[in-house]
Amino acid sequence: MNLKSILTGATVALGMSTAAIADSHVTKVGFVYVGPVGDGGWTYEHNEGRLAVEEHFGDAVETVFVESVPEGERVMTQMALGGADLIFTTSFGYMDPTINVAAKFPDVKFEHATGYKRADNVSTYSARFYEGRAVQGHIAGQLTESNIIGYIGSFPIPEVIRGINSAYLHAKEVNPDVEFKIVWAFTWFDPAKEAEAASVLIEQGADVILQHTDSTAPQAAAQAAGNVYTFGQASDMGEYAPMPRVSSIIDNWAPYYIARTQAVIDGTWESTDTWDGIGPGMVGIGEISSAVPADVKASAEALRDSLASGEYHAFTGPINKQDGSAWLAEGETADDGTLLGMNFYVEGISGDIPQ
Amino acid sequence: MDFSSINPILLLASLMVASTPILLAAIGELVVERAGVLNLGVEGMMITGAVCGFVVAYHSGSPWLGFICAALGGAALSMLFAFLTQFLLSNQVATGLALTLFGLGLSALIGQGYNGIKAPNFPDWHIPLLGDIPVIGPIVFQHDPMVYVGLLIVGAVWAFLKYSRAGLILRAVGENHDAAHALGYNVIFIRFLAIGFGGACAGLGGAYISLVRVPQWTEGMTAGAGWIALAIVVFASWKPSRLLLGAYLFGGVTVLQLNLQAAGLAIPVEYLSMSPYLATIIVLVIMSAGRAPGSLGKIFHASR
Repeated sequence: MNLKSILTGATVALGMSTAAIADSHVTKVGFVYVGPVGDGGWTYEHNEGRLAVEEHFGDAVETVFVESVPEGERVMTQMALGGADLIFTTSFGYMDPTINVAAKFPDVKFEHATGYKRADNVSTYSARFYEGRAVQGHIAGQLTESNIIGYIGSFPIPEVIRGINSAYLHAKEVNPDVEFKIVWAFTWFDPAKEAEAASVLIEQGADVILQHTDSTAPQAAAQAAGNVYTFGQASDMGEYAPMPRVSSIIDNWAPYYIARTQAVIDGTWESTDTWDGIGPGMVGIGEISSAVPADVKASAEALRDSLASGEYHAFTGPINKQDGSAWLAEGETADDGTLLGMNFYVEGISGDIPQ
Repeated sequence: MDFSSINPILLLASLMVASTPILLAAIGELVVERAGVLNLGVEGMMITGAVCGFVVAYHSGSPWLGFICAALGGAALSMLFAFLTQFLLSNQVATGLALTLFGLGLSALIGQGYNGIKAPNFPDWHIPLLGDIPVIGPIVFQHDPMVYVGLLIVGAVWAFLKYSRAGLILRAVGENHDAAHALGYNVIFIRFLAIGFGGACAGLGGAYISLVRVPQWTEGMTAGAGWIALAIVVFASWKPSRLLLGAYLFGGVTVLQLNLQAAGLAIPVEYLSMSPYLATIIVLVIMSAGRAPGSLGKIFHASR
């Protein structure tokens, strides 16, 4: 072993290792889920987005996910320490933790769903679910025979209130006698509570149930009760078609996730806010089932298409607030700022928003 | 605020259904505590029963088989507790709490992959003549079988404790295990049986939630029902008759809250979740009679 061969060996090893570092960088994308993947609702669709990313990029991207994460910074910090380049935090409640962790890891990019706080390395994204709610309200108002529609709300945040208002406006448009009964479950995913809430609403006369919670428990409760209509939430919930599930809102995150991962790989990622609806394909309307009469189905599909093309906005005046004060004039549409902070019911909905 | 939309008949009927899981768990725990053992692991046993029952019912297609296996699952977990506290003489409170945590974790492990799956149907029984009585019929006689099983168990336990010799022996063991041992009764064996019964009932209660109430499996789905069952046993002063009342009261609270919300009167959720425990404290303060079994929670070590 002379000095020359040792030096040669060391140089070769060094050269090979730098080459190895250069092309073995796999982009790591992390996902933080608020519920279990098997919920058949919100988290299920985010996971479908993740699987689409894996399929699209193959070996160039590695994904990790943690499900049923309570609010807090620990999981995000762990993912960032584990080498993630891009982390998707998929619930409103993760807003402050995301901002805090993002401040500690300026090189990691964060995407926060349904929030409103951004930073240089934090983007926000959401879908215009209220457009889907408009179609739901339009169908529900025509299907209901008792004129009572039950709504299972999760938390009284603007997103949920937008959904209630949009559904109510469009139900009332086709059925002036309709009444909304709203129950707050204070959870995004709790099948036991959701089943109880659905049963209670049905007992109080509702024959259509709309939900902003993620499990299929209300569908099961509606099925047990008989003639009650429901809509799939966040996922198609097609195993309950054609009754009680007559349609659904499907969250389609795959195109957005693929686009953002590509941006990280290309180095073109910037902090943005994305709020897409039916048009760009982020919100899908599930197949309207055979339990719905043909004319209702046709008008619902027409509404969906007009929302998609942008020719109709779900919040178009004249609309008053619950206390009677004017909000939108005839023909005026709501601007995004008011929608993002919506904390009032529209005229006609009884009851107060819990604080 | 439209109270006319609350249908009292449906409210009372759903109250009976909502109370069944905690009733089952509580009556099992009552027997255990009457035998002198404080088993705080009810939550763990309930959720283990829930997952066992759900898995078996899903694979076999028969909810009854699911219930039986749920009882066996709950009993099996309670045997672990029994071994630790009766043979290894560990502290009952600590072991019970550990059992709860263990049961929650074990059930989550077993339940992996069963999220979101539909359970087989468990239809209501419409009892032929009695079910048609105008008001009482829908309230009492049109439920699924497990509601009646729960009531039967309560009645059987009451009769057992009050009128049978075996019940007397159980009570004796609970009141003063040293005296019972001196009389020649096998304290450990009797406690094992009681703990097993308690576990089986808790398992049934848990399976009721996952097979009938929801009916789905989710991690942590019992959501504190086991703790309410423990509170009911104390509220009932260890008497089966008052236990029935307590179960209906506490079970009815959640149902009432949702009904009031839907009718337009929104009581903050926090008050409703506090109320079972507040009621228990009030009962304990007011009714100083109804003492606990004399040997409750004490470790038994046969010295002679």
